[in-house]
Amino acid sequence: MALKNIESVPGGPDGPPPGLIQLITADGIRVPDPAYDPLVADVDGAALQGLYEDMVVVRRIDAEATALQRQGELALWPPLLGQEAAQIGSGRALRRDDFVFSSYRENAVAYCRGVDLTDILRVWRGNASSGWDPYAINMATPQVIIGAQTLHATGYAMGILNDGDDAVAVTYFGDGATSQGDVNEAMVFAASFQAPVIFFCQNNHWAISEPVGLQAHVPIANRAPGFGIPSVRVDGNDVLACLAVTRQALARARSGGGPTFIEAVTYRMGPHTTADDPTRYRDANELEDWAAKDPLKRLEAHLDSRGLFDEAFTAAVKAKADAVAAELRAGCLDMPEPAPSDVFKHVYSTPNSWLDRQQDHYERYLSSFADSASSDGSS
Amino acid sequence: MSTLTFGRAINAGLRRAMDNDPKVILMGEDIGKLGGVFRITDGLQKDFGAHRVLDTPLAEAGIMGTAVGMAYRGYRPVVEIQFDGFIYPAFDQIVCQVAKIHYRTQGAVKMPITIRVPFGGGIGSPEHHSESPEAYFTHTSGLRVISPSNPQDAYTMIQQAISSDDPVLYFEPKRRYHVKGEVDEGSDPAASSMEKACVVTEGSDVTLVTYGPLVPTARDAAVAAGDDGVSVEVIDLRSLAPIDFETVEASVRKTGRLVITHEAAQSGGLGAEIAASITERCFYHLEHAPVRVTGFDIPYPYSKLEFHHLPDLDRILDGVDRVLGRPNSLSGLER
Repeated sequence: MALKNIESVPGGPDGPPPGLIQLITADGIRVPDPAYDPLVADVDGAALQGLYEDMVVVRRIDAEATALQRQGELALWPPLLGQEAAQIGSGRALRRDDFVFSSYRENAVAYCRGVDLTDILRVWRGNASSGWDPYAINMATPQVIIGAQTLHATGYAMGILNDGDDAVAVTYFGDGATSQGDVNEAMVFAASFQAPVIFFCQNNHWAISEPVGLQAHVPIANRAPGFGIPSVRVDGNDVLACLAVTRQALARARSGGGPTFIEAVTYRMGPHTTADDPTRYRDANELEDWAAKDPLKRLEAHLDSRGLFDEAFTAAVKAKADAVAAELRAGCLDMPEPAPSDVFKHVYSTPNSWLDRQQDHYERYLSSFADSASSDGSS
Repeated sequence: MSTLTFGRAINAGLRRAMDNDPKVILMGEDIGKLGGVFRITDGLQKDFGAHRVLDTPLAEAGIMGTAVGMAYRGYRPVVEIQFDGFIYPAFDQIVCQVAKIHYRTQGAVKMPITIRVPFGGGIGSPEHHSESPEAYFTHTSGLRVISPSNPQDAYTMIQQAISSDDPVLYFEPKRRYHVKGEVDEGSDPAASSMEKACVVTEGSDVTLVTYGPLVPTARDAAVAAGDDGVSVEVIDLRSLAPIDFETVEASVRKTGRLVITHEAAQSGGLGAEIAASITERCFYHLEHAPVRVTGFDIPYPYSKLEFHHLPDLDRILDGVDRVLGRPNSLSGLER
């Protein structure tokens, strides 16, 4: 069976097709856009520097976590390398009372939500099934079942509607997830109930080893209008454009305009996870093409062109990234080990007779070792 | 006390739960204007509004997944799955999300979702409308699974399920929807537990354990056995996960004989779990190996054959004869 090559799919590495929203080119040139410029009119030089710092920091988190995995301190890590702009641009658009339902790769979004850095690592070190209290940062913990979280976001948004609130639910997922029934059902429900939800699809071109051409033969954003949901394709490596389109979608949702679908066209520059080897399935040239569109480099060039990239600024950003990396590493190494009885905790919110009995028996079993150890010693 | 059908008793319980807590919302297919294909939610959308009784698109995974989001937002969704055989598209959301989010989030996020499932056969329906999928869910940690057998329990247990902070599957024996019974609508659901089994007929020779649709059948079997001089104790489990093994064990310690009957297929079913658990708990009190009288390991058959598949009074009595060592259909068969 012949599959369409991803180069022939709009959004492939051949460059932005018509309709792709871009405010800063890969060379760092700010291109005017009458529709989207007003949405980011407040983003001055200092704010752009802030977005740059965010991207440097999350890239550093990614590098540090990857190193921790290589050093045996984490079992696994899903890098977001290359997707910093999509996550920071959208994440910084959100209000505190908005609620995020993401996959497992949105650590930069979690950073924007103010997550405790150590909490990002708990799952990957094997110390917990999830890292944080979702209500503390208004972000659900990472979803592993592909696309399942889009329905949760839609239901949450239906709850917002019932409450008469103007918060928005935002769900993150990838190009692979768009093949899932859950994502399609979520769009049906969101449209039917006009739920205030944003579908933020990071088309990073790869679902482990499967190219986006296997998931879709049309631009992914083109699907949403078929559900009655307005959509937009944005250059996912352009942090300013990602901020702009997310703000637009948020404004629509807050004012009763219902859902929006955003396809952020970006690229997963690293492996799917630290257990993956992309050299087995993708061309090194493709990676090179996308490296030329790196989200950090383009903002760096843009800031430099405006005289906003001097040594004092870069030194401050480096110091911040170093401090975050040190905090992350220390938090990882200092994480307390779970107790054996924790395995039974929180399965139910109230006592369960079956589980209580199993726990009781297991604790007796464990304590039998303590007994035999002491009797061995005395005999 | 009022006399209500099983179906109206569920309706009354839903109404009371919705009156008591504005966070209780109903979601499902055709549950609004139509009142559900079995009319269980009849009149509730009219009285509580379309924002609390939601007719949803025809997508069970969608219903379940959005219910999860609603629960995240602080709601207590009550989901109607139209028929037992339609629950499978929602299976992933139930097993991977509903059942596990409390554990995953270390107790931070509760999933107080009630999943109502009309289940079981005996109504002459085509494929997918008569199944007994309860064991899939009793095998899934994080879920509670219950099944009422009479109008009073239907009324009380639906309210207990809704007020539970854990997700509850509430299996409704659809062929008993029209059975009438006395219901005390003023009773306090918090005064009893949905997880306590009930001895519905006392006896001393054989313990007969069942739940849901087969409870009336088992009671009839006990009467018939009594006419034959055999005293059968019938236990209505009410809760399938967890099972109140203490009540079953106490009975088996008395009778020494255990028969389990359910409509669901035999292999890997609840009967196996009950037989194993009771054998572990009181092996030396057993006079005979536990016996299961269940549906066969077949897809639910077409309606003209369904009464061969469903355990009935005579098949149950044959099982009773087996544990008593009396002449039975398998006499002389050494396996």
